[in-house]
Amino acid sequence: MSKYTEDDLELELKTKEYEYGFYTDIESDKFANGLNEDVVRAISKKKNEPGWMTEWRLEAYRVWEQMEEPDWANVNYEKPNFQEIAYYSAPKKKPKLNSLDEVDPELLDTFKRLGISLDEQKKLANVAVDIVMDSVSVATTFKKTLGEKGIIFMPISEAIQEHPELVRKYLGTVVPTTDNFYAALNSAVFSDGSFCYIPKGVRCPMELSTYFRINEGGTGQFERTLVVADKGSYVSYLEGCTAPSRDENQLHAAVVELIAMDDAEIKYSTVQNWYPGDKNGKGGVFNFVTKRGLCETNAKISWTQVETGSAVTWKYPSCVLKGNNSIGEFYSIAVTNNFQQADTGTKMIHLGKNTKSTIISKGISAGNSQNSYRGLVQINSRAENARNFSQCDSLLMGNACGAHTFPYIEVKNKSAQIEHEATTSKIGEEQLFYCNQRGIDTEKAIALIVNGFSKEVLNKLPMEFAVEAQKLLEISLEGSVG
Amino acid sequence: MELKEKILSSYVAFENGIDINSDIHEIRTEALENFEKLGFPTKKLEAWKYTSLNSVFKNDYSIFPDKEVTVDLADVKKYFIHDIDTYKVVFIDGKYSSFLSETTHDAIDVCLMSAALTKSKYSPVVENYFNKIAKQDNLTSLNTAFANEGAYIHIPRNVEVEKPIQIINFTTGSEAATMVQPRNLIVVEENAHVQIIERNQSLTDNAVLSNIVTEVFAAKNSTVDIYKIQNDNINASLVDNSYIEQKTNSVVSVHTFSFGGNITRNNLNFYQRGEHMDSILKGITIIEGKQHVDHHTLVHHIEPNCESHQDYKGIFNDRSTGVFNGKVIVNKEAQKTNAYQQNNNVLISDKATINAKPQLEIFADDVKCSHGCTIGQLDDDALFYMQQRGIPKKEGKALLMFAFANTVLESVKIPEVKSRITKIIANKLGVDIGFDL
Repeated sequence: MSKYTEDDLELELKTKEYEYGFYTDIESDKFANGLNEDVVRAISKKKNEPGWMTEWRLEAYRVWEQMEEPDWANVNYEKPNFQEIAYYSAPKKKPKLNSLDEVDPELLDTFKRLGISLDEQKKLANVAVDIVMDSVSVATTFKKTLGEKGIIFMPISEAIQEHPELVRKYLGTVVPTTDNFYAALNSAVFSDGSFCYIPKGVRCPMELSTYFRINEGGTGQFERTLVVADKGSYVSYLEGCTAPSRDENQLHAAVVELIAMDDAEIKYSTVQNWYPGDKNGKGGVFNFVTKRGLCETNAKISWTQVETGSAVTWKYPSCVLKGNNSIGEFYSIAVTNNFQQADTGTKMIHLGKNTKSTIISKGISAGNSQNSYRGLVQINSRAENARNFSQCDSLLMGNACGAHTFPYIEVKNKSAQIEHEATTSKIGEEQLFYCNQRGIDTEKAIALIVNGFSKEVLNKLPMEFAVEAQKLLEISLEGSVG
Repeated sequence: MELKEKILSSYVAFENGIDINSDIHEIRTEALENFEKLGFPTKKLEAWKYTSLNSVFKNDYSIFPDKEVTVDLADVKKYFIHDIDTYKVVFIDGKYSSFLSETTHDAIDVCLMSAALTKSKYSPVVENYFNKIAKQDNLTSLNTAFANEGAYIHIPRNVEVEKPIQIINFTTGSEAATMVQPRNLIVVEENAHVQIIERNQSLTDNAVLSNIVTEVFAAKNSTVDIYKIQNDNINASLVDNSYIEQKTNSVVSVHTFSFGGNITRNNLNFYQRGEHMDSILKGITIIEGKQHVDHHTLVHHIEPNCESHQDYKGIFNDRSTGVFNGKVIVNKEAQKTNAYQQNNNVLISDKATINAKPQLEIFADDVKCSHGCTIGQLDDDALFYMQQRGIPKKEGKALLMFAFANTVLESVKIPEVKSRITKIIANKLGVDIGFDL
């Protein structure tokens, strides 16, 4: 490649600025509150979408209209009024700051302790930077490498324009528009998200996580992600960021669909740290997410999640093990503090023969929070030799919080082997005393024990995030020493 | 729903037929209103997600079979634990059979609910305990509305009842379909000890629906052992609602053996009000054909330093369905609780289904709570080992199943009950193992 000079960079930065300017202009034409067919049509038109896409959205809207908001989850919150939400607005322009000195010191402190580099700190805190040499050039190189391999990785709205055949073929096949209330809503009004296609036999040369993090754009309220791994391919994908997101949108209803074709493998990691509300439980994000993956023969899907943010979380990344010998995995750490509520878990639907699934869920509750694991393991009658291992451990700190497990196990085949284990415990006084004796203060000792408790899951995260996630746990639990 | 209409319209006649002035009248009326509002349970309710009673409610039940039917002792003797001396409270089609019963008022009261509800000498106990812990859910309310007959057992302080008490409900099938709603009240005072054996048995293949409510009160330092033997005919369905309240230092165990019947639903609820007590819930389920057994348990730990142990084993053949829904709630005051829940299942056939939902809801931090749930098969290697040594396959399988269920069997304290259960299991598996387990 021709050498990437500083001039090119300058030019690129200039265009970026322009982008911002452009968005500012259209901010005034934000849609009025409320949702009806016209709004759905208008969103579709705004995105310049083809007719089939508009129809698809409308269909979803019509279904959504008939649905009722579910209330079976073990969470309490005031239901959002869906007619008081603006369903389309251009990405909000955050105030540009001139230097890190202007950033909220609390936020900076968090960055520092997460070990985020100074440049990245600036980018995350939206400080104007003159040159982010590293990030930008790396990103460009990434784009090139991906392009050479034939990997498509772009915002889904662009993909609808550029690869309509792929999007049309796969969108909504794993999470149908009629799936549930929030999935239907998302299908009707999603504004953007990511689309990723890995061609046959291609092993994605880098963690898409790395790429993603550098290119972290303004994440929308209704995100739609579609990852398609063609036969024999491999991809590792990370969404979210360990840095705290101070997003003001109250309601987030994302849909993620993964399709792993024969012999393909998808590793999907999530670090979620939306604003959890203040210490008294005021404010905070409602996170209602539908995530599901489909495994064809010999395919493997592995979900890893670290959930520390959001006031209310409602999230069940699932695997449909359709092909023979396919594998589904779910590794989760959910931390709740103060007045947070999380109802999270997974569904493993075994359809094919010799399918395997593993569920490791670690729940940590502190303060006045409620943490629930809700999972389903379903072995259908034709799923010979299916195997499942589930383990749900809960750790309680203080006696104002709660830990709950609601596992559903449905077996229709005699050759299935299912094991489910759950334990609830607290940090032992002896353990703390042992650490104290050796000069480790209580706060550090708790961090140590929590890390040990969640090690199995942390190990599954891509390397660069594992370290940060570990620190994130520490920070999330700060001040919860009982 | 037709059955619901029929039940509602028969209420006035029912109330007229008995003492309308009773204090219980208000409780009944309220329960009826509650039932009218709630109706029969449907699969839409989370508590009934895996069990549908629709096929059962379709029958045109005779709600108050009034034919006097007598049965010969010789015909029904086999349903009693007859090799030991026991007290017996026996009902035929919901009516007390003095001929088959053996009640007492000597130091303890083992008698009839209908007497307890009307005679003033029982009223202090009835006022304090009747319908105090039964839930206001649909089928319990239905039972309460028609609560009239059943067993009344009152064990005063410091009495150790010397022989077990059997409560047996026979249905004769004199009508094409019969519905019975026995209501039992068991009050065990401080330091008392009692063993109770319950059984429901229909004598023909006619459809039967039993909707039973049992309230058990175990005071300080008391010990109560309850054995439920469910080995009914194939058209008999059972909803067994048990509510148990325990006080400090008491130990209550309930063993449920489910082998027969069409649809069996056990709602077993423990409320621990006090400290240092132990609740034991165990069960063996071995079913086949299209049978359905649902164990729905609740242990509510309200105060500190208590324990609960649950152990349910299930073996499922043919097209049978098993449901286990176990719930443990630990209140935030209930520190130092130890709650264990174990549910192991074996599927013998490809058409059999298991739905398990072991739940924990924990609000206290200094607790040890665990649940384990497994679904698997008999070990082929072990079977092969036995076959090599001359044990036929069928017997080998039976041995493995006995071994599997043994953790439940071994805690049965009445030897005759244990051997009876062993026999029923052996019978069911079609083997003669020739030794006691």
